[in-house]
Formats: sequence, C-alpha cells, structure tokens
Amino acid sequence: MENEAGALSRVAGLFSARGYNIESLTVAPTEDPSLSRMTLVTRGSEEIIEQITKQLNKLIDVVKLIDLTEGAHIEREMMLVKVKAATGTEARSEINRLVEIFRGNIIDVTPSNYTIELTGTGDKLDAFIKSVGYDEILETVRSGVSGIARGEKSLSL
Amino acid sequence: MELTGAEIFIRCLEDEGVKYVFGYPGGAVLHIYDAIYKQDKVEHVLVRHEQAATHAADGYARSSGKPGVVLVTSGPGATNAITGIATAYMDSIPMVVFTGQVPTSLIGNDAFQEVDSVGITRPCVKHNFLVKDVTKLAETIKKAFYVATTGRPGPVVVDIPKDITAEKTEYHYPKRIKMRSYNPVVKGNKRQIQKAVDMMLSAKRPMVYSGGGVILDRGAKPLTDMIRQLGFPITNTLMGLGAYPATDKQFLGMLGMHGTYEANMAMHNCDVLIAIGARFDDRVTGNIEKFCPTAKIIHVDIDPASIAKNVKVDIPIVGGVSNVLKEMLVLLNESGKSPEKKALAEWWKQIEEWRSVDCLKYDTESELIKPQYVVESLYNVTKGNAFVTSDVGQHQMWAAQFYKFDKPYRWINSGGLGTMGFGLPAAMGAQFANPKDTVACITGEGSIQMCIQELSTCLQYGLPLKIVCLNNRFLGMVRQWQEFFYQGRYSMSYMDALPDFVKLAEAYGHIGMRIEKPEDVVPALEEAMGKYKNRLVFMDFVTDQTENVYPMIPAGAGLNEMILV
Repeated sequence: MENEAGALSRVAGLFSARGYNIESLTVAPTEDPSLSRMTLVTRGSEEIIEQITKQLNKLIDVVKLIDLTEGAHIEREMMLVKVKAATGTEARSEINRLVEIFRGNIIDVTPSNYTIELTGTGDKLDAFIKSVGYDEILETVRSGVSGIARGEKSLSL
Repeated sequence: MELTGAEIFIRCLEDEGVKYVFGYPGGAVLHIYDAIYKQDKVEHVLVRHEQAATHAADGYARSSGKPGVVLVTSGPGATNAITGIATAYMDSIPMVVFTGQVPTSLIGNDAFQEVDSVGITRPCVKHNFLVKDVTKLAETIKKAFYVATTGRPGPVVVDIPKDITAEKTEYHYPKRIKMRSYNPVVKGNKRQIQKAVDMMLSAKRPMVYSGGGVILDRGAKPLTDMIRQLGFPITNTLMGLGAYPATDKQFLGMLGMHGTYEANMAMHNCDVLIAIGARFDDRVTGNIEKFCPTAKIIHVDIDPASIAKNVKVDIPIVGGVSNVLKEMLVLLNESGKSPEKKALAEWWKQIEEWRSVDCLKYDTESELIKPQYVVESLYNVTKGNAFVTSDVGQHQMWAAQFYKFDKPYRWINSGGLGTMGFGLPAAMGAQFANPKDTVACITGEGSIQMCIQELSTCLQYGLPLKIVCLNNRFLGMVRQWQEFFYQGRYSMSYMDALPDFVKLAEAYGHIGMRIEKPEDVVPALEEAMGKYKNRLVFMDFVTDQTENVYPMIPAGAGLNEMILV
C-alpha cells in the first residue's frame, strides 16, 4: 500500500462497510519508505474472498495485492506473554522446559514472573498458551500474522 | 512567480477546463472566494444549500459527460454536501468536491466548524485527499480530476485547510499524471470478447440488458449499432435509459421492479443474457435465486468488482464498454455470420405476445389527472427532446416509463441512492450545461420540498426550468407499499399542510400554475414551453391520489412474478 495517512482506515473501513471480518491485520513500512506492507487474515467462501480481493484492489492506496493462500507460503506471528513463574517453584522449571520445546525466549525475569517471546504460526502460539495453562498467564500480546510466499515468488513492484 | 494556494486552486480549475463551480462560501474558504472574485474564467454558481451544490454539479456531469465541481466550506458545509456526494458515488458520477478545512495547526482540536471531512466522506467517495502542503496542491487537484473521470467514475473529495490557501509556491499544473496504484483497464480481453461474440451468434433467445455504464462511457452509439445489426431485443436499466432509442422497436422498455412485462419476461426466459455496463442491482434482479434461470450470462463492465458480485457469469469481460462494444462489432463483421433467423423470429413472436399485454396501460377516461398522462404529455409537448431530471418515488418511475428517451444524457435521476431533493438542483446543473435546451424536473410535492430553496438560485441565474410537480398529496411510493403490504395503514405518508405552490413560485419570482383537470394538462405545458419559455414555471398538477406504479415485482419475487394492473 501507499504509505499514506488514512490508507489503513480505508482498508478497515471497507471491511466494516461490506460486512467482512478481519481476523488479524499487520502493517508496517517496507524498505521503500513510500510503501507499507500489510498482511490481512480473513475468512470466507470463494466468492466472498474474490469480492474482497476485488474491492481491495479498487482502493487507490492499494498498490498490489496477492492471496497468499493460493500458493505455498509462510505465516509467522510474534507473541509476548507474561506468565506466573515464582522463584524456586516447579512451575518455573516447567515454563523453562516449555519455552525450550517451543523455541521461545525468556526476555524478562522478575521473582514472580517471566516474559516470553515466541514466534511461529498462529497454531503454535495457541498451543503454547494451552500448554502453559490459562490460569498461569498474566498477559499476552500478539502481533497478528505476517505472511510471505515460499520460493521464487515475491510481492514487489 | 509564486501564487497563493487560493490562486493556484483557481488556476488548476482553469487549466482543467472547468467552467462552473457550484458552491457556498464560509470561513475556511474565504481566501478561495477572494481569488474567485478577482478572476472571470471560472464562474461560481451560488446555491442556497450545500446539498444542492453537489446535486447541481452532479446534474451538470450527467447531462454533459464532464466532471461536476463543488466548493464548500469546512464543518457543516462539508456535512451538508455528503448526501450529494453519496448520490454521485452510487451512480458513478464524475465529480470533484473541494471542502475547506480549518488551518492545519487546528486540525484535531475541535476547532470552530471542524469536521473530519476525509474520514466522514471515505465510505462514499472513490477517493479523497487532505492537502497538507501547498506545493502538493496542484498535483493533488490533477489527481482528483484524473481519478474522478477515469475507470469507473465517481466523486473525489479534496480537503484544503485554510492556511494552505494562503501559503505561496510556484504554480505548475501537470499535463499528465501517473499513479502506480491506479491503472484502470480500458480494453477488454480479446479472447473473452471473441467467446462472447460466438455465444451471442449461437443464441436462440438472446436478451441485452444495458445500464448506466454505457452512458458514462459514451457507448450509446456502438451499442445501438451492434444491437440493430444483431436484431436482438434490448432493455435498459433505470440508469441506462437513453443508451438505446426508446422509440425503436427492439427496445422493450425498462426492466426491474417497475419494468415492463415484456422486458422482465424476456429476461426471465432468455438463453443468452448480454449485460453491458450494468451491475445486477437488487431492484433489477428481484429474487436472485430466481434470476434468469435458463441463461448463460455475458457481463461487460469496467469495474471487475461489479462482475460476479451478485450473479455468477459465464463470460466476464473487464473493460471500457465503448471499446468492448466496438471490438465486438468488428469481430461480428469479420465473422460474416448472423444470428439464426428462425430462432430469433420465434423469440420475437413470443416477445410481441408479452408486449401485447400493454402493461403500462392506464385509465385515459378518468376525470382526475393521471400522473402517467402528465408525463406522456410532457413527452409530446417537448417532442422527446427535453433533459428530464426527477426526484425519487412514484413520479420517478412514471417518468422512466413514459418519457421515451431516444438519446443519452437526457434522463437524470438518483438511481442508486434514491435521493429525494435531487431533481431541482440537478436540473439547475443540467440547464447550465445545456443553456439552450428545455430542462424539466419531474417531481412530487414531497420531494420538491426537500430542496425548494433552490428556486432562489434559479431566479438569480435566470434558469428557465420547467417543474412538473405530480401532486397527489401523498408520499406516493410509501403510500403504495403501505397499501400493498401494510393493509392500508398510511403511516406518515400523507402530506398535510402543503404550501400553495403557485404562490410559493411567485414569491420566488417565478411563474406558478395549478392544473386540476386533464384537459388543462397539455395547454399548461404548452404555455410553459411557449409563452413562458424563458421563465421558470412551476406546474402543480393535482393528480389522482390512488394511482399506483405498475407493473410491480414484490420483494422476494422473480422477474416473472409481476403484479400487473
């Protein structure tokens, strides 16, 4: 998208005006500062996705659009999660093991909790939350999905 | 030499070839109005309400094919303009609306007359801009005109803060503009067009359904040429009337909710449907499940999002209607083939049977004035040559059914949004664009009161409009639905305490007439077009209160399930 004020609200406005759902949305400037890259996750029948694609393409601020699910692609989401982990408890050791299994990083420590950074697909993040247990979680913040096509294919101008 | 933003604004309009700006001054646009005062290239038309400015610019655009231009102030100026912007958006009318804005330093401060114009107009514009740097002003205005007039046209808003109009910079108006994110398709895919031509040639029961896109893309001539050559029946949507001559035998009238029996039946029973510059609106398709059950569908439209939005199509063609039609005609001629004569003759025989139902018949013996008769008489007296605007409701449908438009750009109505109050200001715009032609506004006593203040504008600019008010003392279409679907509970649809329109017209300095008997209809119209040719005439026709618009397809029904008289 053009990296213009209001571009994001045009996309968000389109979805609400036409009754489409946004599951997640991430956006940031690219290596070309005049452009922003947005990954938007939505669900719908083939017809609805076709209509969403066409309507998005109509927005003047949308420069180029691809449906990543049409081909092989990689999805990643980053999560920061604050969990209970009191010093010397079995819970703390359990969290340590889980972080290792899920290949996360503990990025902040206090006597009572850990803050963990974890990257992966949405499913992996969900699985981590489930493994830790809802009761142990103090706070989570998720970035929403960023996506990129596999292989030679690239979305560029 | 450096110019102020306000001067640059005027120079841009000049370089864009703008003749008229419809607007209303206010605090945030005072610098611009000062620049307007100091020049004589661009004429400013002062309306009495900003809604009318947008409708007038819209009527100007629809009747001329050139973009309409509007200038209003910030805050209430902008919000009053919204209805007109949304009206233009729904009907894809090229328009550029300039809204004043509070100075950049005050934006977001809840300043006096501040409203987020870009935010508030976003869902009803093709695009909008906020100019934050005077050096970008000219380029932005160029972009606005480019976006508004190309591809599927539409309104574009340019919001200009007051300080920008005072700041100075060098003036340069770009001749051409390229936008990496906006490249509308113009030419259709040749293979698709060939497939469409083959399908058309193999059709046994073909039907052509064309819409406002044909008018917008100046496609009336190639459309008429092609349809005449093929000998196919054709219907127009409400927005498409005039694209094919209504007096031609191949024309079956308008289709849809209040379309003719023959047009709707031909749609329902055709085997190949050729949709051109139309968008399968719900008022056209009726129940989508029952729409054209036996047809293969070809759909030509400049907007890919219009294709397969409501109805699945077999051959989609994205491209400018004119280009595609011309290309179709070339391929048709190259093929040397013509449609199968015998099948087509049988199809026409069936259509003539439907046509013989005479679905638009009405009581011509009545002692009350029938609204249909007024429209028919207007058609006869003006010899079908008038520009006709309408408001919204029963009178709009009767105008569409009974005024036979042989030429494009002459039928001007709010089809998509259905905006009451549109007719009078739109007629003003049409009269500015066509100063020598007769411009009539067919309206009702409800609609006309929504922008009645514009009678004052008409006096100021000497606009000799002919207002044909079908006064049935009811909000007629609401009344009709209440009669049909609410057991006659006429909730709030009776127009009580109506003004004396004759005196009202006179108070505004115009001619007023009240016509109560059928035999006075034609003489009144003749007087309005003759003796009072150069005056605005308000004709208040007292019509039959109980008349309904027929045929009618009730909500949820298919095109073959019409209520006839």
